[in-house]
Amino acid sequence: MAEPLLHLQGLCKNFGSLVVTDDVTLDVHAGEMHALIGPNGAGKTTLINQMSGLIAPDAGTVVFAGDDITALPPQTRALRGMSRTFQISSILPGFPVVENVALAVQARSGSSFRFFGDAAAEPALNIPAMAALEAAGIADRANARAGELSHGEKRALELAIALAMRPRLLLLDEPMAGIGRDETERLVNLLLGLKGQLTMILVEHDMAAVFALADRISVLIRGRLLTTGSPAQVRADPQVVAAYLGEQME
Amino acid sequence: MSSTLFLVQVLNGFQLGVLLFLIAAGLTLVFGVMDFINLAHGVQYMLGAYLAVAFYGAFDNFFVALVLALLAALAFGLLLEFLVFRHLYGRDHLDQVIATFGIILFLNHAVRLIWGAAPLTLPVPEFFTGSIGLMDGLLYPVWRIVIIAAGLGVAALLYLLVSFTRIGMLVRAGSTNAAMVSALGVNIERLFMFVFGFGSMLAGFAGIMIAPIISVEPGMGTNILILAFVVIVIGGIGSIRGAFVAALLIGLVDTLGRSFSIDILRLFMAPSPARTVGPALASMLIYVLMAIVLYVRPSGLFPARGR
Amino acid sequence: MASTLAAEAAEPAPSRARRIVPPAAIFLILALLPVVAALARQQYLVDLATRVMVYAVAAVALDLLVGYGGLISFGHAAFIGLGAYAVGILSAHGIGDALIALPTAIIAAMLFAWLTGIVCLRTKGVYFIMITLAFGQMIFFVATSLAPYGGDNGLTIAARNTVAGFALMKSDRGFYYVTLVCLLATYLFCRALVASRFGRVLRGGKQNATRMATIGFTIRRFQLVAYIITGGLGGLSGFLLANSAEFVSPAYMSWQQSGELIVMVILGGLGTLHGAIIGTAVYLVAEEWLSGITENWQVIFGPLLVLAVLFARGGLLGLGSTLRQRLSEGGGNG
Repeated sequence: MAEPLLHLQGLCKNFGSLVVTDDVTLDVHAGEMHALIGPNGAGKTTLINQMSGLIAPDAGTVVFAGDDITALPPQTRALRGMSRTFQISSILPGFPVVENVALAVQARSGSSFRFFGDAAAEPALNIPAMAALEAAGIADRANARAGELSHGEKRALELAIALAMRPRLLLLDEPMAGIGRDETERLVNLLLGLKGQLTMILVEHDMAAVFALADRISVLIRGRLLTTGSPAQVRADPQVVAAYLGEQME
Repeated sequence: MSSTLFLVQVLNGFQLGVLLFLIAAGLTLVFGVMDFINLAHGVQYMLGAYLAVAFYGAFDNFFVALVLALLAALAFGLLLEFLVFRHLYGRDHLDQVIATFGIILFLNHAVRLIWGAAPLTLPVPEFFTGSIGLMDGLLYPVWRIVIIAAGLGVAALLYLLVSFTRIGMLVRAGSTNAAMVSALGVNIERLFMFVFGFGSMLAGFAGIMIAPIISVEPGMGTNILILAFVVIVIGGIGSIRGAFVAALLIGLVDTLGRSFSIDILRLFMAPSPARTVGPALASMLIYVLMAIVLYVRPSGLFPARGR
Repeated sequence: MASTLAAEAAEPAPSRARRIVPPAAIFLILALLPVVAALARQQYLVDLATRVMVYAVAAVALDLLVGYGGLISFGHAAFIGLGAYAVGILSAHGIGDALIALPTAIIAAMLFAWLTGIVCLRTKGVYFIMITLAFGQMIFFVATSLAPYGGDNGLTIAARNTVAGFALMKSDRGFYYVTLVCLLATYLFCRALVASRFGRVLRGGKQNATRMATIGFTIRRFQLVAYIITGGLGGLSGFLLANSAEFVSPAYMSWQQSGELIVMVILGGLGTLHGAIIGTAVYLVAEEWLSGITENWQVIFGPLLVLAVLFARGGLLGLGSTLRQRLSEGGGNG
């Protein structure tokens, strides 16, 4: 089997005496949609943060495309092809929506140490930005101030920013949190369309979406990886049902 | 360079360190617990000195002056907190900087209006005048020893307070996470008031104790405040232990540096350039020290919030 | 209550006309002022306006750092002082031409900015404010201990710098226009910078540093460059200040001076560039007027600052942007 795109080996993270990540070893294969589920407080976001570099693990390694990136800062990981969305929308509220995305394009379009010229007017940056906004469904809000967007629109902007980076690995931290049924459907279709083009890790509580999208699912309980398997396997696993799914499925 | 001179300067370094600790302790708690940048802390120190001079003039007794000035400093600190500072918690640091800057401007010049710009003096209390022989050939002013002892005493008291009392525990908790402490039902307003008042009193105390040795003049709080900032930054914001260690370190480095810079440089260069460059380099010493510490540990040596 | 620094992020972007008219008006007024002053026989206006422009160079640069970069530097006066002392020290050694003095002033300031910036930018929040304050103080003490160059008392300069041999700056009017050109150049440069790729990253870093990192930007590098640029422009201001007063003194780099610079920037509205010019003017005019009333004018000014922070909607910054809005509305309707 081909080398995994992302390999986590023995990741551990404690906050004081609280064990948040408990010896997690996990493989994510190129092109797959890998879901990460578990109850609140299981440590899913902390794990994502360790993948993207915002938190340093106490022990263990993160290997991306064969390289050990454990010591690399988030910006280096981003430039290597890892992008993410945040559970609580993390955008640039003072900028127009299109500039939020154009900045993501700018990061990998030559030097940003240019002191002259109107960056906001550069077609080389704006065209890919608009394309990402189209895909996310908010191209009509391109010139609005990002801070004025509704919650659902901000979630879409999050995604547009992440997609504009043309990532190899996309980390999605609860992208459907707090958005309505129509939006969720739209997002699921969008992600279905992306399957195969890039690798995705999806943290979600919306089980319908998870089972519709995931190729494989990993279950995290109290910082520890309980099991990894296909949706059917995970759904049937009695341990998983007892610890988590029992509450989720009516 | 004689060893006696060296020892005298070491003692002077301790004295400065102890003084800095008194000022930095209040400052670091206010930063740590209330996340409030108080540029006006130096005027508390200045006010302590001026109040001591004023009360001494009225009652002709140092200890009466000390007690009254302490109480007045406490009252003034609480007044400032009530009128201005409590409305600034949670505001942008920029707002706090501007507001406290305005207070410094006001107080430095109000003091000038009330007491005049000429430096004032306060005599050392009779019992503590003169010098005593600490060892062969080493004479050291008694009052400076009193300052060192008083400072160490306050440090011990603070340690006991913070480690073993309930309010100390609340202060420690507040330094790490004020929001949580509030959420747990503690009257955070009263805690802030206590921290602020206590810190003001400490600074005022420092001003009172140093008044007999230096000239009391407007703006005397400025320089010592910057030193106190350096102490806190090196020690770690919110940490009393850090403030203590850093204060002594800075007191020693600054004093010894200034005393012996010219002598040390004379080892490498001719006397004349050494006399020019020496004081300049000496004045940079503690800032270079600060830069080195921060480069290695951006949150200071003992940060309250952990790294 | 919304934080004051974020308040201006929520304002709608003004139309192009509104954006150009206020700064254009300012520079037009400044250009015509000496003529008007001569006609009205109010020569002191030229002196006052010169002083405003000299400090405005530093204030505009500081606005770039604080208003657009979100870095509250409380040691900006150090760069002014370094620039001024470059002029003073060179003059003391017989070198009096701007072709040497000006680059020296700017480079000395940029060097200091680079060395201290490396340390300062490893910290955030209150730490950053205090460290910039401390470094500013350090340079102040170094200056006071430079006995050959006047120490505490300062140093008189024999004459203003010549420019390539020409005594362009000798007359007050000549100096006025040289300063105006410097201010205009500073303003245009900072304007371009803000709109550039570099400026956009800097502004993004102020709004959401985490997001910028996860996009792929090492924000600290951009902040360091901004800090160095701002420092260099401070050095330019110092060059002008030394020439203006024909005197250099450690007081140019006191922390009170740094504080006053921040107030100047905020008075005009943070994050506007031309606002810094207005704020500088308001501050220096107020200082002139109040010191006419009492020698200890800070006794009045200090509480005014405090009141403004406490009660002006959105703090002093809100007051500044309300002022700016009223002014640009006036300009827009003109």
